[in-house]
Amino acid sequence: MRLNLTCRLVGAALLALATGHALAQDAKVADELAKYREALADGNPADLLEVRGEGLWQEKRGPKNASLEQCDFGLGPGKLEGAYAQLPRYFKDTGRVMDVESRLVHCMMTLQGFTFEQATKNWYSKPGTESDIEALVTFIGAKSNGVKINVPATHPEEAKMAKMGEYIFYRRSGPQDFSCAICHGQDGKRIRLQELGNLTTQAGAGEAMKTWPSYRVSQGTVWTMQRRLIDCMRQARWPEPKYLSDSVIALETFLQKTASGTVMATPGIKR
Amino acid sequence: MKLKFALFGALTATIASAALAQSSEPPGGKYAKEAEQMFRNSFREDNPKYWMRRLDQDETMKLCSQYRDNPPRKIGARIEQMNRESIRYPVDGKLIGDWKEGEKLAAVGTGGHIGFIQPDPAGRVRGGNCYACHQLAKAEVAYGTIGPSLQHFGKLRGNSEEIVKYTYDKIYNSNAFTACTNMPRFGLHNWLTPEQITHIVAFLVDPESPVNKD
Ligand code: HEC
Ligand code: HEC
Repeated sequence: MRLNLTCRLVGAALLALATGHALAQDAKVADELAKYREALADGNPADLLEVRGEGLWQEKRGPKNASLEQCDFGLGPGKLEGAYAQLPRYFKDTGRVMDVESRLVHCMMTLQGFTFEQATKNWYSKPGTESDIEALVTFIGAKSNGVKINVPATHPEEAKMAKMGEYIFYRRSGPQDFSCAICHGQDGKRIRLQELGNLTTQAGAGEAMKTWPSYRVSQGTVWTMQRRLIDCMRQARWPEPKYLSDSVIALETFLQKTASGTVMATPGIKR
Repeated sequence: MKLKFALFGALTATIASAALAQSSEPPGGKYAKEAEQMFRNSFREDNPKYWMRRLDQDETMKLCSQYRDNPPRKIGARIEQMNRESIRYPVDGKLIGDWKEGEKLAAVGTGGHIGFIQPDPAGRVRGGNCYACHQLAKAEVAYGTIGPSLQHFGKLRGNSEEIVKYTYDKIYNSNAFTACTNMPRFGLHNWLTPEQITHIVAFLVDPESPVNKD
């Protein structure tokens, strides 16, 4: 896995060089590359996170002193191979369409006895505060590497969620008139120097979704898809959605459905 | 012969209406109403009310969302008319300001971010963020491509009264010319003041501005 990550890092650096125009020496690009190299030299922190996630998965914790090993992500209790790739999906026991994070929190509550507040308190890391959810999602995501994203959304509740995600994707509002489609609805565009894929096509959505969760060099940590989308809503100048809210799960369902067929390769490496 | 034509006509009409139905289904389909409700309920309860107002949609936003930013011509024309009527001018009537001020405003991409995780600090300058989407001065290479290049805008278009007014109007309300464009409506939302817009106009049309000089 380490080798794999290293290859991808070097690949990203080379790609940045190759696609950079005559002004590749541009300070910003050089800065990015320096950061990549730095990440390489220290080893990728996402590796450590994955290992920590595996530990958390097996560790007996919480008021019920239980591990998460019986958690069911839709393929059966404890079956993690390929689980991330088929999420979000409808779960009979909760009657809801859930993504990897909402399901994980569900298991922390039902199996380990944590309250919702306890389970989600550090859903993303801050300098000096680690996030168990980030570590667990990194571990669970890697268990789908090499597996095709497969969210056909055939269950009526899933189909509905995908449609609702589509609605939000095109919904414009806020002081900049933004929607997701403004930044992610066309091929080959970029905002400043950041490449923006076309998330409405299988190729574009696949290219993006297969890499999440992703290690973000600029943030020094792994971001989950919830974190990614909540930040995109911030960029849209909207108020802040609740963690695990249906809107975010609906967008994920829409995007994973569009991306279906693409082979997962996590954790990705991002700016 | 006659029959053949009639058949052909009927066939093309069917194909056309099928294609139309396909592309004109509003996002969300039959769940659009429910999706709107769900969207509204997805935000933290402690978002202040005045933040939540940012989710309200005016008629332009509603129509653009419904048509995936590609409205039929007639509706597009109505949107453009509506937005033209919103344009306001500086009290002194002068539409060209100081290009140096405009240069700064065009580069600033911060401002207006809210929420609890990473909001902009109070009083953070709000800029036009033009480089997010446009190439402008040659020296700035970190430009986006969502909009067309505006390098040499004044050199190519001149700075006649007509061009100056067009440039001001476009920045004030982009939808006055292009319904459902990806470009924000800076004046309409009071994101930029009329005076700030005149500075950006100068940055675009002044022959001395780096947009035109280099
Ligand atoms: C103002 C522009 C903007 C808006 C609006 C926006 N995003 Fe993003 N989005 C970005 C940027 C910038 C990135 C990061 C790209 C990078 O780091 O190279 C990004 C990244 C992403 C990614 C990860 C892509 C990848 O290749 O890994 C996804 C998925 C995504 N956005 C979805 C959305 C959704 C869904 C919405 C609507 C809620 C949205 N975005 C709204 C600018 C935007
Ligand atoms: C989110 C992306 C975005 C941002 C930010 C943005 N624009 Fe645009 N702009 C566009 C797009 C897309 C077009 C082309 C469609 C149209 O005409 O609206 C455009 C068109 C224009 C045009 C018309 C060009 C012509 O050939 O007539 C002008 C002038 C312009 N923008 C100026 C600006 C200025 C000045 C700013 C900063 C205050 C700005 N834009 C910010 C996306 C953007």
